[in-house]
Amino acid sequence: MSRVTKDHMGRPIVAVTGIGVVTSLGQGKEDNWRKLTAGVSGISRISRFPTDGLKTQIAGTINWEGDGPYCAPSHTLTLARTSAREAISQSGLGSVGGFPGPMFLAVSPAETNWVQRMEIYNKAEVPDSGYHRLIKNVLDGSFQHYYALYQFSSIAEHLADEFGTRGQPISLTTACASGATSIQLGIEAIRRGDTNAALCVGTDGVICEETVVRFNLLSALSTQNDDPQGASKPFSKSRDGFVLAEGSASLVLESYDAAKARGAKILGVVRGSGERADTFHRTRSKPDGSAIIDTIKRSLADAGMAPEEIDCINAHGTSTPENDKMEFLALSAALGKHVDRIPMSSNKSMIGHTLSAAGAIEAAFSLLTISAGIIPPTINCVEQDPHILMDVVPNVKRVQAVNSVMSNSFGFGGQNVCLIFSGEPA
Amino acid sequence: MKLEKSEVWVTGIGLLSSLGEGIETHWEQLASGRTPVPAVNTENQAPYPVHMLVEYDAMQQIPNRSDQRQMGPWQRLGTYTAGVALSDAGIAGNPELLAETNMIIAAGGGERDLEVDAAIMQEISASDNPGPLLNASLNRDLRPTLFLAQLSNLMAGNISIVHGVTDSSRTFMGEEMAGVSAIETAVAQIEHGQGDIFLVGGAYIAERADMMLLMEFGQALWHGEHGPVWSRRDSKGGMIMGSASAFLVLESRQHAEARGVKPYARINKVVSDRCNRQAGAARKTAEALLHCVSNQLPEGPLAVLSGCCGLQPQLNEEHEFLAGLSDRGIQPAIRGLTTVLGSTLEAQFPVCVVLASMAVSKGDFFDPFDDSGVEQEYTGNADRVLISNWGHWRGESLALVDAPDVALRGRDYP
Repeated sequence: MSRVTKDHMGRPIVAVTGIGVVTSLGQGKEDNWRKLTAGVSGISRISRFPTDGLKTQIAGTINWEGDGPYCAPSHTLTLARTSAREAISQSGLGSVGGFPGPMFLAVSPAETNWVQRMEIYNKAEVPDSGYHRLIKNVLDGSFQHYYALYQFSSIAEHLADEFGTRGQPISLTTACASGATSIQLGIEAIRRGDTNAALCVGTDGVICEETVVRFNLLSALSTQNDDPQGASKPFSKSRDGFVLAEGSASLVLESYDAAKARGAKILGVVRGSGERADTFHRTRSKPDGSAIIDTIKRSLADAGMAPEEIDCINAHGTSTPENDKMEFLALSAALGKHVDRIPMSSNKSMIGHTLSAAGAIEAAFSLLTISAGIIPPTINCVEQDPHILMDVVPNVKRVQAVNSVMSNSFGFGGQNVCLIFSGEPA
Repeated sequence: MKLEKSEVWVTGIGLLSSLGEGIETHWEQLASGRTPVPAVNTENQAPYPVHMLVEYDAMQQIPNRSDQRQMGPWQRLGTYTAGVALSDAGIAGNPELLAETNMIIAAGGGERDLEVDAAIMQEISASDNPGPLLNASLNRDLRPTLFLAQLSNLMAGNISIVHGVTDSSRTFMGEEMAGVSAIETAVAQIEHGQGDIFLVGGAYIAERADMMLLMEFGQALWHGEHGPVWSRRDSKGGMIMGSASAFLVLESRQHAEARGVKPYARINKVVSDRCNRQAGAARKTAEALLHCVSNQLPEGPLAVLSGCCGLQPQLNEEHEFLAGLSDRGIQPAIRGLTTVLGSTLEAQFPVCVVLASMAVSKGDFFDPFDDSGVEQEYTGNADRVLISNWGHWRGESLALVDAPDVALRGRDYP
């Protein structure tokens, strides 16, 4: 009779057995962790395209290494492939090209960018304008390769081809909560007993002129171009927006029993998740924070934990005036007095906001926080916002035993997800 | 964790397409006793025929004009249809039920301002230094609302804002298979007690030149006059796109019974898989999926709804697969959905489930959609419909929708 380890609700426990990360800090979790705990910033001036006339000229881009001009889905795919390889390799699960479980991919909606649009437009003069000209210029099949690149399913399908994940991969977007949502879907599939393993990937590599302009129009980005590495300053008084960034993280989730049975190293467990959609506004939370508060409370209930059992918070901490204030308010309401004691740090101070990948990358860093017993700092904290009365681990890492981390992800469209990770159960 | 799986009932429907609005309108046109007449527009996207969306009154479900202004046509269509489904299920305006309603939306998006794009293309193609000029043009011409109006997960966001659906909110992407995965996931969650009530669905607007471009990268569109999907069997094939939106409220049987709601139908099974689409691979995948469903399929006549897109070689492979059901003693009465509605990508599987639910609740099936000879008359009581829905590029799926009183077979059920 095989061992059956259940959680407080009688469900299979979900373990993490593989982690892969790539960010503007570097490739691989070791390099990332070393820099993250040393307080290094990955933000720089954008060199991928001319930034003349753009309000924001800084980002945490990762160098495009493909042939020809930058291509968003190819870049996004490369990042995902890099983190997935690392995670699967660490887990030792399955065979090469044969991952024994489904894939949940958090990915930004892929679009044809201006480079490609103009490449097609300029291919031939035809007596037509706009999209009709583009269509005429592709009819001979000379842009056939874009067909399999610009479908919304493209990135997941190419990953599934390579890693041999089971079944139909799911591509998802919940804006800046996407990475966390991919992990939720993985937990739910394992808890249902549909699978013993799942590959959860978050990836984002879509920084181009239009991305910057779009977020600038919403006044969401920092415009502190003169000091790229100092621009992302979550919880600081002078924070003025987030810094766009690229990256990817992958997690191999496994039923704890299945992982133990094959002798896998357990990197941590996913204790629970909580979610509550907001109804207030397309980009803003309810002023009373009730949806976020409920999200946090539901994650504790799902994990069967009291606030006091959370040792630290991996904040959403975007460095926008609105987010950081709301996040603190919601944590105060949801965690009560414990909020005075609990350290909270924002990885985004160093790696920027990796959008669709953020929830997955921050989940990876939460797990590394537990295994290392080190809380990465919130850098650029020169003058903390006096209204955010929390220990934000300013500027210097904290060495401290950590058994459980709460990781928050909030996105446009009222998307709120909270995940809780712990070390291997005793 | 529950040991016994819950049954999944369809308790609310919203449907809008090129044929009209609502299930009765569709039923009248698709089961009138004669071959249905598709609504095809040959001018809007000339030279491509498209099944254009009918006009509808968004105010009926989105009464606040400022809400409507924040949405692109695609988000507005989905938000509208979602509202219809919620009303139909009797949960609209009920805060307690809406707070426990989960959402999985199959989304496209990227609804760009094509006129702005065209002007910028013209402007910068003439420039020796296009980079700075592009930045200036984008700064000048993009509207703040446009970004949000085209963001894929903002259909779900708008549904939360307008209709108050506030439990989990997930948006799946990936053309036809996004619709399949949305409903497949919701069904799995309900069966295993991970939620009792779900709003699922998707919308697609075909009359968009940027979508035509995406398809023509792969030379995937049909060039020529509109004709039934099966009539393209002897050609190199091609797709004709159509606009549609379909939303469903799915509910565990216990939850629906507790609030005294009558179901349209039960979703017995949704299964999906993928392959690399080398010759014959899709048919093989579909055959394997059939094994997961076949124990629920008795011999004899079977109503079959196919989302076949008309591209080759998938067209012939899917036709062979469906015709091959006869080897199991099944006489399939096939209906090619895209003949009457066009290819509707993310909306397509939700549309299939809506139409199948409609047929099951009426106890009758649709008349043949064409006279190609592929589609046979169906006689008798339609208490189950098999759905076959493949992606135009990737992904295969099968689903079985049946009447709630049909005895379930197999060991998964009590």
